[in-house]
Amino acid sequence: MAQTSEAPVMEPRCPGPQIGVQVEGAGRTFRSRRGGVVEALRGIDLRARPGEVVAVVGASGCGKSTLLELICGLQRPDAGTVRADPAVLMPQRDLLLPWASALDNAALALRASGMARAQARERARPWFQRLGLAGFEQARPAQLSGGMRQRVAFVRTLLAGKPVLALDEPFAALDAITRQETQAWLAHALAEVPRTVVLVTHDMEEAVLLADQVVVLSPRPGRVVATLPVDLPRPRRRTDPAVVALREQAMAALGAGAPGDRPPAPPARAREPRR
Amino acid sequence: MTRSLAFRVLAPLAILAALVGAWQLYAGSGHVDPLLLPSPAEVAEALWTDRALLWADFKVTAGEVLLGIVVAAAAGLACAVAIHLSPTLRRAVYPLLVASQTIPIPIVASLLVVWLGFDLAPKLVIIGLVSFFPIAVTTLDALAGVDPELRKLMRTLDASRLTTFRLVELPAALPGLFSGAKIAVAVAVIGAVFAEQSGSSSGLGHLVQQAVPQLLTARAYAAVLILSTFAIALFGLLSLAERLALPWAHDTRGGHAR
Repeated sequence: MAQTSEAPVMEPRCPGPQIGVQVEGAGRTFRSRRGGVVEALRGIDLRARPGEVVAVVGASGCGKSTLLELICGLQRPDAGTVRADPAVLMPQRDLLLPWASALDNAALALRASGMARAQARERARPWFQRLGLAGFEQARPAQLSGGMRQRVAFVRTLLAGKPVLALDEPFAALDAITRQETQAWLAHALAEVPRTVVLVTHDMEEAVLLADQVVVLSPRPGRVVATLPVDLPRPRRRTDPAVVALREQAMAALGAGAPGDRPPAPPARAREPRR
Repeated sequence: MTRSLAFRVLAPLAILAALVGAWQLYAGSGHVDPLLLPSPAEVAEALWTDRALLWADFKVTAGEVLLGIVVAAAAGLACAVAIHLSPTLRRAVYPLLVASQTIPIPIVASLLVVWLGFDLAPKLVIIGLVSFFPIAVTTLDALAGVDPELRKLMRTLDASRLTTFRLVELPAALPGLFSGAKIAVAVAVIGAVFAEQSGSSSGLGHLVQQAVPQLLTARAYAAVLILSTFAIALFGLLSLAERLALPWAHDTRGGHAR
């Protein structure tokens, strides 16, 4: 295997001091067309230092995706401030283009900002080698397994060359075995290419395995109920007593954040009247 | 696989054979004047004896239809893209698009001939008018069907509106363009016949118009047969071209762009 793959390492396009992600007291409220008001997020404080992985955990519908869109600048907060280095979104579904090869799908991140097709391919190719996807360059998404598609989507996200990655439940659609493999792969990829990561998930174990810091959100409106540092060496094993203990601690925090008289299952899409 | 393929070919052929057989029996039973309804055998005979005449007129009509489809595809695609990219245009043009389909073509056809003459021009206008609408609508639907999450992703990748259109939306719209073209070929042939009957010195539509008053009904039926076969062949060719050009659109597990 030729080791010419070291040269085109993508460094973030904006040089200079990085700030990571700084969210202070951020709130976001939606007004539905029928006059209902939904408060998605309230008073969110979250800090990710450059190169740090922060997991945001909470039940479905607690505004996690909204938080990522705030960080990516796709939405603006109604209250508080959101400051972040340029961020790229990796959505929940892989959203690979069905007509393009895996290589072209990854290279889309480069072509989006105007790079020519041939050059974008050449920049993307070494990453397939480096992240264990060699041989899959020409496969169309339909020929790839769910886990592989997610990896290609991650390479696309990396190639955007932005210091912050906003990952929205990247493994939610995978079966349990594939999810574990892909989590291990992501841990390896992030060790290889350090980035500031905000990882949204509802899987507490995933959060503790991958993150430096776990932020637990309450059900809607999403509020931070706990911020737990994960000070454990990597690579982490899910059976490690420290990992298990931390997972339990985070689960307890999540339980405490839910209203006591309601069952833990969240009312997923209920609209809340303004009080 | 081969069994189902054989079934798919044989089943319509069997029904066709039954219909032709019934037609032959009825035409030969003496209940109907052969000048009004020729038997399939007589139509086949006319197809052979008039082959030079039919071929010459077929070439004219086929040329009009093919050119008309190309014009319609270009106009339909342009309309769909313009409407897709501009909400203002959508409000302004969409009602007109629909209105264009309420125009009674047989009446307008004769007026167009008065205006544009007996040449190719009025035929192209009529074929284009009847066949650009399905193309515009299916293409527009395919453009609008692109996952909004994908547009969001392109925004975080710093793609401009135009880049997103070129890299994501336009390829996603191609299956819609093909679907529209497949619908369009059928109406294009009908449009060509109307156009020729309104004023023309050649083409199968003109031939039918000449043949009926002369009670050459077998020849007229032969022309109809050729027109239908032509439309079916075009449909088949388009389906084949789509499979070759867009294999991904037929993947069993498609992606999410559509």
